[in-house]
Amino acid sequence: MFEIIRAGIQTTVQDLGRIGLRHLGIAQAGALDQPALMLANRLVNNPAGAAGLEIAMGPVEICFHRSGWLALTGADFEATLDGQPIWPGWRLPYQCGQRLLLKGPRSGMRAYLAVDGGIDVPQVLGARATDLRARFGGFVGRALQAGDRLPQGPAIAHLDRCGAWARPWSPVVRALPGPEYAAFRAEAQQRFWQTSWLVSPQSDRMGYRLSGPALLLTEHREMLSHAVLPGVVQVPPNGQPIVLLADAQTTGGFPRIASVIEADLWKIAQARPGQRLHFVETTLETALQALKQQQYERNRFEWSAYGR
Amino acid sequence: MVDTRFYLLGERAAVLESPAPANLVCQRRIWWLAAQLRRQSIFIDVVPGMNNLTVTFDPQTQSGDDILADLQGQWLTAEAAAPAPHIIELPVCYGGEDGPDLPEVARHTGLSQKAVIEQHSQAAYTVFFLGFRPGFAYMGGLPPALATPRRNEPRLMVRAGSIGIGGAQTGIYPANCPGGWQLIGRTHTPLFDLERDPPSLLLPGDQVRFIQVCHV
Repeated sequence: MFEIIRAGIQTTVQDLGRIGLRHLGIAQAGALDQPALMLANRLVNNPAGAAGLEIAMGPVEICFHRSGWLALTGADFEATLDGQPIWPGWRLPYQCGQRLLLKGPRSGMRAYLAVDGGIDVPQVLGARATDLRARFGGFVGRALQAGDRLPQGPAIAHLDRCGAWARPWSPVVRALPGPEYAAFRAEAQQRFWQTSWLVSPQSDRMGYRLSGPALLLTEHREMLSHAVLPGVVQVPPNGQPIVLLADAQTTGGFPRIASVIEADLWKIAQARPGQRLHFVETTLETALQALKQQQYERNRFEWSAYGR
Repeated sequence: MVDTRFYLLGERAAVLESPAPANLVCQRRIWWLAAQLRRQSIFIDVVPGMNNLTVTFDPQTQSGDDILADLQGQWLTAEAAAPAPHIIELPVCYGGEDGPDLPEVARHTGLSQKAVIEQHSQAAYTVFFLGFRPGFAYMGGLPPALATPRRNEPRLMVRAGSIGIGGAQTGIYPANCPGGWQLIGRTHTPLFDLERDPPSLLLPGDQVRFIQVCHV
């Protein structure tokens, strides 16, 4: 078990989300930067989809009530363990009573903390992810508060110290043209790829709102509601695109100009309000190749960390 | 049927989309196909929309092109799902605190509040699909005379069970949440319950009737 001493603004328990329930209106939820959570978990010998903490703003302070191993990935939050600086992307042991402090992001937006055994909150509809809007899952369906005590799975016997390379973040995000791409005016299509989009402060786990030149349709279109997924870029009537993320509702009715490829979705999650994002058109083939490459890097890490 | 589009959405989704307007004939075939696809293990999500159907799959093991071809083939032979497998009756208190926008709907439609209630509770509704929130059903069948635009200012908090009109649709808020529909009544029947399997009371294809149980 560990205890939250300071909770930050939006620290939530997340895993890889709820799968296969969209037809009931149930959002996916789960970590926005999934590769980061999977890596943190594998560093401490958890299954890749175990529950960890997603930390969106510091300072967050945690007190451990048993000894074990931890790993921090994603944004570099200037973390210390009992005052000693620790490196992101490494696993390290902690002792009962030690305090982990995450000040705030030096770069990036969200940090992921995995502890050995995972966070053992009950599964709700097949996942431990917090659905903040529906208020279920995670730790009683809400963001963490000071004083919360989170149960941990069984401790592991022994590990060696080990680290993983950090992925370089860049504002360049690959995307595929969406189903309504052709319904946008030619200049809107060009602007979509040419603009450096400003990440609005209204961005959250549901979606990243971008501001820039308005993207207009050739003619008004009344669209029938359809399923939407994380990565879909929809354009409401004000012409300012929204990249949908894990907490997005399951259906929507706005035209979809593009879809961010899965291998680059984590870049959106690590972009801060006030930063800029740039979309680059790509092909399905490249998107699938990039996904395969991510999988390959995970496998290679497993070989180096565990020899299997 | 000939105008139906089939396309990929991102790496892991394929969509079947029939042209507007939404209609029950097309929707019944979508439900039928959804039920077939749900039995096939390669599909992760099978999500009906309005006149459309989206499936998700694992792009590491399935080819999107194969999935599209498969959908196209199955759509050609799709049958209409049998109507009304479930008829769900929901007791409703109309007006007052439970339906604060009943006067506004009456004003907009030119009907008396009593006539709004009568028309709303006499119609039979069909759940087209679920979205927006866990268990939120988009229903067809609202008498056209009751259509009322959404509120200019959405409410920050709508109570669970509130029944609203949004344009030509009616729906029920399964949980407390913000919302912009015109609220005309409220039911105490739980619509989304984590202890139930499936947790949503209403499912696509279900028929819903509202039974008035209190007076304004």
